[in-house]
This record gives sequence, C-alpha cells and structure tokens, in this order.
Amino acid sequence: MINSSIYIQSQQEVFDVVIVGSGAGGGMAAHTLTKAGAKVCVLEAGQPFDPADPKDMTQLKWPYESLRRGASSSLRNFGDFDAAYGGWDIEGEPYTRKDGTKFDWFRSRMVGGRTNHWGRISLRFGPDDFKRKSIDGLGDDWPIGYDDVKPYYDKVDKMIGVFGTNEGLRNNPDGFFLPPPKPRLHELMIKKANKALGIPTYPSRMSMLTKPINNERGQCFYCGQCNRGCSAYADFSSSSVLIKPAAATGNLTMLPFAMAREVLTDPATGLATGVSYVHTGTMQEYTVKGKIVVLAASAGETARLLLNSKSSRFPNGLANSSGVVGKYLNDSTGASRSAIIPSLFNRKRYNEDGVGGMHIYTPWWLDNAKLDFPRGYHIEYGGGMGMPNYGFGWGIEGLNGRENFTRDGLKKAAGGYGATLKEDYRRFYGSYVSFAGRGEPVVREDNYCEIDPNVVDKYGIPVLRFNYKWSDYEVKQAKHMQETFEEIIHAMGGEPMGKKPGADSNYGLADPGRIIHEVGTARMGDNKNTSVLNSNCQAHDVKNLFVADAAPFVSQGDKNATWTILALSLRTSEYIIDQRKKGNL
Amino acid sequence: MKRRDYLKNMGLSSLGLAVFNPDEKAIENLESAKVPVKRPNGRTQEEAEMEARLQAEVFLNKHELDTITILSDIIIPADGKSGSASQSGVTAFIEFIVKDKPEFKTPMRGGLRWLDSESNKRFGKKFIEITAAQRINIVDDIAYPGTAPKHLSQGVSFFTLMRNLTATGFFSSKMGIADLEYKGNTPNQWNGVPDDVLKQYGLSYDA
Ligand SMILES: Cc1cc2nc3c(=O)[nH]c(=O)nc-3n(C[C@H](O)[C@H](O)[C@H](O)COP(=O)(O)OP(=O)(O)OC[C@H]3O[C@@H](n4cnc5c(N)ncnc54)[C@H](O)[C@@H]3O)c2cc1C
Ligand code: SF4
Repeated sequence: MINSSIYIQSQQEVFDVVIVGSGAGGGMAAHTLTKAGAKVCVLEAGQPFDPADPKDMTQLKWPYESLRRGASSSLRNFGDFDAAYGGWDIEGEPYTRKDGTKFDWFRSRMVGGRTNHWGRISLRFGPDDFKRKSIDGLGDDWPIGYDDVKPYYDKVDKMIGVFGTNEGLRNNPDGFFLPPPKPRLHELMIKKANKALGIPTYPSRMSMLTKPINNERGQCFYCGQCNRGCSAYADFSSSSVLIKPAAATGNLTMLPFAMAREVLTDPATGLATGVSYVHTGTMQEYTVKGKIVVLAASAGETARLLLNSKSSRFPNGLANSSGVVGKYLNDSTGASRSAIIPSLFNRKRYNEDGVGGMHIYTPWWLDNAKLDFPRGYHIEYGGGMGMPNYGFGWGIEGLNGRENFTRDGLKKAAGGYGATLKEDYRRFYGSYVSFAGRGEPVVREDNYCEIDPNVVDKYGIPVLRFNYKWSDYEVKQAKHMQETFEEIIHAMGGEPMGKKPGADSNYGLADPGRIIHEVGTARMGDNKNTSVLNSNCQAHDVKNLFVADAAPFVSQGDKNATWTILALSLRTSEYIIDQRKKGNL
Repeated sequence: MKRRDYLKNMGLSSLGLAVFNPDEKAIENLESAKVPVKRPNGRTQEEAEMEARLQAEVFLNKHELDTITILSDIIIPADGKSGSASQSGVTAFIEFIVKDKPEFKTPMRGGLRWLDSESNKRFGKKFIEITAAQRINIVDDIAYPGTAPKHLSQGVSFFTLMRNLTATGFFSSKMGIADLEYKGNTPNQWNGVPDDVLKQYGLSYDA
C-alpha cells in the first residue's frame, strides 16, 4: 500500500535527478534510476492514489453504490468509479484554443497520471512507424528505428507484463507475451465476419497479468474493470507497478501536490539546476535542486514547462533555440460506430466480464499505396454482457419498433411502457457491439501548442493555447473506418445504430485531443534547427535536461502511444546512467 | 491531506529546499475554513464535498416525486420476475440525478407540469388524482413517438425522458441487475464461452 509517509524520506539537498510527473514516462524513469542507485525526486501535481487502499478503491463496487449509478461527473469524466482524478476541464487550470480551432486536453492529477485508468492497449510501434517519410514522403522520419527501441520494448514486456500472441507480423512486431484471454461470444462473431471479409483479427495485446510474474503483483481475476485500477496490481499503472517499487528502494522522494512552475537554469553554464514548484494545498512556493532534470509531465505539459522556463539566456523558453517546442503536436485519429446483433437477443447469461477491455483487435492491414489516404488505423472492439449502469436502456424507442426486433418477430410501435417494454430491455441486453478506429495522422508544423499571452492558471502559471486542425488525410481515413465498420456489422447480420456519419461530420472523426494520445511537442532529431531533443531524448541546448513522455515522438504510428513512451523512457534512463558513469553528465 | 502530512512536506523547508518558510498558521486557517465533510471510501475529498452539497439541495417537491413514482411504475411495473421501478428505488434516483445533471431540471419540472395540465384538460384533476384507466388514456397518447398525435409532442419528449431515466434507474439497481441476470462483478476465471453457447451459435475456438 502506498501511503503518504513514503513520499517524504530523502534528506538530500541536491538530488541526482529531479523528475516532473509520475505517469508512464515519469514512473519508468523513477523506477529505472532509483534501482540504479540514483537519488531521485519526483514532483507530481496530483494526489496520491493506490487502488488497493479502501479510500481510493472502486473495483467491484456496484452501480447502486454510486448516487449517480456510475454516471460521469465533472470530477470523473469517464464514470463515477473510473480511476481518473482530473479530466477534460480542471477547475482553476484552464487551457485555451486559437482561432476557433479545437483541441481537448485530458489531464489526470494523481500519482501515476493517466496510467491509472488508461485502456491498457499495449502496442509496440513497428519498423515502418519510425520511417513514414521514407515510405510516403510526408512528415519526418525518426532519427532512430525499430531496432534501436526493440531491446527496450522487450524489457518493458518482461518487466510489466503484457498478454498477446506472436503472429510474425512485420509492422506489428512479436514480443514477450503472457497467454491472452479467449475471445468472448461477440468477439468470435466479429472474428468470423472479419475472416469472410479478409480483415485480420488477432488476440489483443494488453498489460494485464493473466499469469503472475512476481510476488509484488497478483494475477488477473477477470472483473473487467481495469479502468478503476486493480487492487491486485494485476494491471499496469505507473503508481502501482513503477512508483511503488521505486519508493521501496529508499532512493525516491515522491512529492505529490507539487505543481512544477519552471525549470531553473544556471545563467552562467546554461545547465538545468532544478525545478520550482507550487504546493497545491498550501500555495507555498519551493524549489528542488537536481543535477539532472527529466520532464515527463505529458507531452502538452512538458512543452508548457519548457516554454514557461524563460531567462535572458533562453528568451524563447528552455531548449527552444529551434523554435520547435510545442509544434508538431498530434493526436490519434478516432471514429466509432455501434450496432445491435439480433442473433444475440435473449442470449444465455453467464459471466463474460473478462479483462477490462477487448480480447481481440485488428492491426492495420491494408496498403496505403492503394488507398486515397496515407496512413493506417487499428480497430478496437467492444460489446458483451457488461455491468448495467447509468445509461442502460437509454433510447430504446430507437430500437424496439424495428422489424423483427420483438419476441414474436412482429413489428410493434416504438417506445411504449409496461410489461412488454420491460421484456424488451431484457431481450436486447448484451447484444450490442462497438467499433473504434484509432489511426495515424500526418504530423504538421502548424498543429501546435503555445503559451497563451493573456491567461494564467490559479497558480499564476501561464497556460497552453492550442491550435489544431485535421487535414483531408485524416478525414478520408475516418471515412474508410466508417465503411469498414458497416461491412463488418452487415457481415455479422447486425444493424448499425444511428445514422452513418457522413461528410457533414467529417465521418465521425473525433475532435483533436479526444483520443488522448497527444505526442510530438518536443520532437527528437539529428538536426538541432528542426528538433528539440537528440535521439536519446536529451535537449540539444541543455545537456542535463531530458524528456521522458510522448513529447519526443516524431510521429504517432497507428498504435496507441504508451508502450513506446515506456520503452523510450527506459532507454533514456539507461542512457543517463551510462553517461553519469562515463562522467559526461 | 492530513495536517500531519502537510507538516511532513513542510519538513523539507528545514533541509533547504523551500524558498519561502511555510506558515503553519496559514495551513491551520486553510483547514478550519473547510466544511468538515468526511471522505467516504472510493471518493475524493472534492467529490465528498460536491455530493454533500447535492444531497442537501432540495429540487423536486413531494407532489412532483409522487407523480414520478406513479409514472415510473407504469413504465416498469412488477411482473413475475421482479418488482416495479419504485420498489427498486427509482424515485430517489431521479430525485438525485436531476440535481446532478441540471440539464434535466427544467425538462423534468416542466414535463410534470405539462402532464398535470393535460390531465386537468381531460379529467379536471391532477395526474395523481385520476384513475388508473384515465392515466393510461394519457400515457397511450405520449408513449409512442412514431404514432403520437403531433400536438402532444412535448408530452412525448417528456415521456421519453421519463422512460430513459426509469429504465436506467431500475436496471442499475440491485433488483434490476438481478432481473437482467448479470453474473459478473466478482472474481472468477474466464475460460471462454460455455460449450452449449458455442454450439448454439455454431462457433468454435478452433476455427
Ligand atoms: C481513458 C484513457 C484511455 C487510454 N487508453 C490507452 C491505451 O489503451 N493505450 C495507450 O497506449 N494509451 C492510452 N491512453 C493514453 C495514456 O494514458 C497516455 O499515453 C500516458 O498515460 C501518457 O503518459 P505520460 O507519462 O506522458 O503522462 P501522464 O500519464 O498524463 O502523466 C503525467 C503526470 O504529470 C503530472 N503533471 C502534469 N503537469 C505537472 C506539473 N506542472 N508539475 C508536476 N506534475 C505535473 C500529471 O498530474 C500526471 O500525473 C489512454 C488515456 C486515457 C485518458
Ligand atoms: S480485469 Fe483483471 S487486471 Fe483488470 S482490474 Fe480486473 S482483476 Fe485486475
């Protein structure tokens, strides 16, 4: 159990490393560096969180234990039991958008950041994902390739645990997988439909322990609630899996409620000397000194910290002589659709909670050279007899009047009330499926975040202003997603719900930021005029400053970002250890 | 955070990390200024305070709640398998949720008014005062969006909202979850779809 007492234990004045943020990137850096013996201080703006502490735990609660029956609230945007403290809007911590463009920014204010409630879809990038420009001439290549990152993906797989299968797919590389859970009924139906359509379907790759891997963490007991945080620590979250063991080394000083304001530098040497922060409870100001500073506050926040760290030596913000900080921001594309499958009406009941997420998925399977858009997407699937909660049964008037949807196969008037309506809810339960495409956008310099010249948050820290637009590439990709979803739905004998999203809604393409994979705001590169960091995520301008979140990403890939954040953070941390040993830092 | 923990954090100042000296008095003021709301398990302090505020608020009155109870039981009555909406606690759920989601406040209050006014027009009495048959006479005209008379469209919208809230409230209650025969939310070992179900759908794990 993490209690606040472990947060204060180091007595040193100057830490070996100060890390800002305790999410995927910060947690991995803290874990690696403390295990290597470094004295590390982690500043975390949010509060402590431990899914095994009854105070924080929501796992296995019933909807009627929530006043709002599990509905979302302004304080829990993904439902009343979801393990996210924070959300799209945080009181007193605004962000703004420029010129009517859109960008939504999801932030979690807690130890472990957004990894407490993330989807646990744990995909490596493949060789092509690092070299897209060489393939289609758009965007930029990374200065590193798959072979550079592979050893770290391998280590992350083994250290954290991920289930899946080795399929020998070139751009969806094999790894070290625990056994995957068997598909659920609707997943078998999707797989069958996909087979007929030539769309591949594989066991998903997610970070839950279907087998125990050590004594500190338990085994998954299939409650389907990873987004609430696992009291057995059988799913990956940075708080339980990285910060906790880091604290156990005795080398970690974990400061929650610590909102970093700026990175401090020595005017003479230009090196980072530490970080200033506000205590969010007392509003007192502090500084913490370190020989090395690692930023891992999330791609957006890391850009904000760099841009806010201005001095006469660094008038455009720290590590920003290129002017690239904040630019090339990008989020995954996303579009979705749901359907009802009449053959599942009145299905037999049994427990199919499984793990908290899908048991199958479809990686990108087509050749963009033959399509009218440049980059791919993968498909995530949902459905099944989940726990009913707020929203259950909503909109039945759109369903129960359809042909063949009644028990006796006759048509009846939509809506209604009474005994037959009650019957309808029972009949439809568990017969929904949903499809979500998550794709790669083409990175653009003119999608960026910058410091809003006029607005500060309640701590007096200047806030981010976003400027983001989708291009035709992403819109066409969303159109393709919608067509694919309908094909699958029809092949399953299902009926799509709602109207097919058309051109008027960009084919259902989610607004920028909504997929919560923001990357790219301090990208790496070999040329210091066009990138912020070198290929080890070390600032070109400040050699003792590193970035360990998704800010270094040169492009998004058609995968979710987090497994790559973890691998890169591990790689950067090992580089720091190596450079310290060699006396270069 | 407990005061003790604040002070532990403050301890850093004596180690030279703090720029300003922490003012212990200021912390005490900050704490005593807060309404003391106990943090229940699974809630943050902020949530506990928000929920205490919402629970203290009174929005729907007794007449409105009585009408909701009658309507919800028309929508989900007791049958051989389970009890009725009100027996599962739907009234209390709706009482809370319209405060929690204020966008429901006016549609709910106004919809109930609409219903009483329609009842008055037809039978000279409020909805809760008319007979069961008279209530159905009104409900039949607003329960079917596809065929309802055009001039009653506001009543249809209100009834649709009531149906949605009633169903959600009922099926997320202990009674409703048992009715649906949801079997999960308990530690188990997932071994795949049961054999008889695979057979029923002509599926297998080998394909
Ligand atoms: C609902 C949801 C589902 C997701 N599903 C997936 C998925 O299936 N697969 C996947 O790969 N990714 C997924 N993601 C994305 C994933 O959560 C992020 O990619 C990942 O957590 C990013 O790690 P990070 O370390 O960069 O930032 P975070 O995890 O956000 O951590 C940053 C931390 O820094 C702290 N911080 C911020 N500013 C400051 C400051 N000024 N001072 C001090 N501390 C600060 C924050 O409080 C936070 O704790 C999902 C996200 C969400 C919200
Ligand atoms: S599904 Fe498994 S890993 Fe996820 S929260 Fe439940 S028991 Fe833990």
